[in-house]
Amino acid sequence: MESLENISSPSRRAFLAGGAAAGLGAVLAACTSSGSQQAATPATKVNMKAELEKPASITFWSWVPGIDKQVAIFESQYPNIKVNLVNAGQGAAEYTKLRTALGAGRGAPDVVQIEYLEIPTFVLGNKLLDLAPYGAAALRPLFVDWVWGQVATGGQVYAIPQDSGPMGMLYRKDIFDKYGISVPATYAEFAAAGRKLHQAAPGVTITNLASNDPNVFLGLVWQAGGRPFTSVNKGTMGIGLDDGAAQKVAAYWEPLIKDGIVSTAPDYTTAWYNGLATGEYATWLTAAWGPLFLSEEAASSTGKWRVAPLPQWTSGASVSGNNGGSTTAVTAQTASPAAAAEFAMFINTNPACAKLFSEPPQYLFPTLKSVLASSSFLDGALPFYGGQQVNREFASISTTVDTGFTWSPFEDEINTSFTDTVGAVMADRGDLLGAISTWQSTVTRYATGEGIKVS
Amino acid sequence: MTGQVAGKQARRLTRHGKWGYVFVAPFMIMFAAMVLGPLGYAFYLSLFSQHLIGGTVFVGMGNYVDAVTDPAFLSGVARVASFFLIQVPVMLALAVVFALLLDSGRLLAPKFLRLALFVPYAVPSVVAAIMWGSLYSPRIGALGQVLHGIGLPVPGFFTPSGILPSIANIVTWEFTGYNMIIFYAALRALPPELYEAAAIDGAGPLVIALRIKLPRLRPALVLTLIFSVIGSFQLFNEPNVLASAAGPAAISSSWTPNLYAYTLAFSDNQVNYAAAISFLLGFVIFMGTLIVMLVASSVRRRAAA
Repeated sequence: MESLENISSPSRRAFLAGGAAAGLGAVLAACTSSGSQQAATPATKVNMKAELEKPASITFWSWVPGIDKQVAIFESQYPNIKVNLVNAGQGAAEYTKLRTALGAGRGAPDVVQIEYLEIPTFVLGNKLLDLAPYGAAALRPLFVDWVWGQVATGGQVYAIPQDSGPMGMLYRKDIFDKYGISVPATYAEFAAAGRKLHQAAPGVTITNLASNDPNVFLGLVWQAGGRPFTSVNKGTMGIGLDDGAAQKVAAYWEPLIKDGIVSTAPDYTTAWYNGLATGEYATWLTAAWGPLFLSEEAASSTGKWRVAPLPQWTSGASVSGNNGGSTTAVTAQTASPAAAAEFAMFINTNPACAKLFSEPPQYLFPTLKSVLASSSFLDGALPFYGGQQVNREFASISTTVDTGFTWSPFEDEINTSFTDTVGAVMADRGDLLGAISTWQSTVTRYATGEGIKVS
Repeated sequence: MTGQVAGKQARRLTRHGKWGYVFVAPFMIMFAAMVLGPLGYAFYLSLFSQHLIGGTVFVGMGNYVDAVTDPAFLSGVARVASFFLIQVPVMLALAVVFALLLDSGRLLAPKFLRLALFVPYAVPSVVAAIMWGSLYSPRIGALGQVLHGIGLPVPGFFTPSGILPSIANIVTWEFTGYNMIIFYAALRALPPELYEAAAIDGAGPLVIALRIKLPRLRPALVLTLIFSVIGSFQLFNEPNVLASAAGPAAISSSWTPNLYAYTLAFSDNQVNYAAAISFLLGFVIFMGTLIVMLVASSVRRRAAA
């Protein structure tokens, strides 16, 4: 069943490339024996040259629009390998099918697009192939450091980064100018600007913190230094959704929401798009995929928007969080591991493929250092942002993303329980600090029920 | 002699019986493969519990024991029960009124009206929910703008207290026409002599409607009530579609029992528990249907006495 937002805006997740980014850590250490379908991972390096000369046919699931172009580039370079591209749905829709196929023992694709935050889930069940023996470990220097930390742990590499979503602030220059507000650099300034704006224009809020979007909230917790999860190790993991950083974030937003200075409308709905376009929200705290997305969804507000880093907790600091981004992984079911691994590595590192990812209609924010440093990517100026070089802003933000953030092996549960606890309280303008502790206990209860000891 | 006849009849019956099995076989095969099989498998699943760590274990009735004390499930059942109590009487009353009006033969364009009232039922419920969702949408929704334009207060369609009536309105819009057709068909099946006799006895159209037509609608009413019990307790499409626009405070992931089972199975990876919830919901619907039938038959007995 599609949700309303997905029907009214089918391309949304395509731009966003889904949720948020993930750290792996020692999730792997806890691999259970239940998913014993792992393909025999060679202990030593595979002779790729010999392997790739054998004819192979692989299936690739991805929801990136126009990714057939990258597939074509790969096929022209590797004429022996046939790639069968399938769009099995975006995000959760794809994972449901993937889990079913992996659980059934057959029918899963060889190569699959998954978001960073889902990697631990699939690694815990031994569903993903370690790509290190196929030469993936050598790719490490090509990628932004914190991104690599999301896909690799110890000597293992479980996916190749495709795109990311470092967070920044899109703001309405016209609204700020009209009410004499300077761009807030710290959260204290942001709150003061919000109160000033609320007095001058009660119909406008400084931002809309969507009550249905755990990824934005967790992105802000990430920025504040929160580490809600430690990886599963010997059946034990840490859960701290109400840790110090989360409490700081909750305590900050609670009064702003209570006083109506910040609104909490669900995002990616018609009303929300309209709010962005007509100036109901003075800022949108979003990820690097946001700017191009906004320029299409709120086209009527062209020229009024600008980009800045997220407000900071300490004056003079520059720290960001991440929201979104995908990887390319190889499933343990594959019959052609070498061809599948080569494909995953190729489409994410080949310069022509990488360029396609960063351009319309794919709009994915790159994770390759080479693209992030290339002038053709950085110099692009968008009229929607008054000619500002948006990519340059986000490229510099990308280097400030706090490292070491780890995801849980049950992110879907994290998402539903967020909306039922924290989201519901946000929408009700209630006790946010109490809500994160309810969230914590809900998730802890779930983890315990799943046989995980919570330390 | 008689024995021979009886034997012949029995043989003929057996032959008939055999052909009967052949004729119903296509249905029975599909029924077994598509209904009984999945049902049995779901029940089998509901007896286990699967964990991220520790694998799958047999828990017997454990999931059912958890479910009957699960506040998320119980509040969902209470919500659809109150939905049933409020929405269904309104919908059926409207359907009866429309059916009586159509049957009275005093309407100007009866065929057009009949079709117009029935058309919403032909709209898939997902489409209906999307359509009403955009009408309800705060600030930019058509309903809100019209009410605001004529100076009336705009109800909070998507607020926690407003969402149930909002969805009840969608369901009423969707199913009034369907129920009306059932009532209308029942009215058309009444013998005209009854009306003639009533008219000779001096009954006007209103008296005929109240004293003759309405009591004769009882079997149709029982039928529509049973359909409504099933439909109300399985409420899913409308809240699922509206959840994103209305937000988590209005529609939680366990807002109705079906929505809860869906969330458990497809987002929380608790297929086994979801199967148990589904079976319990089936039991609740069975009991609801039973109550409707018992009440109906006791009313009939009292009416006959």
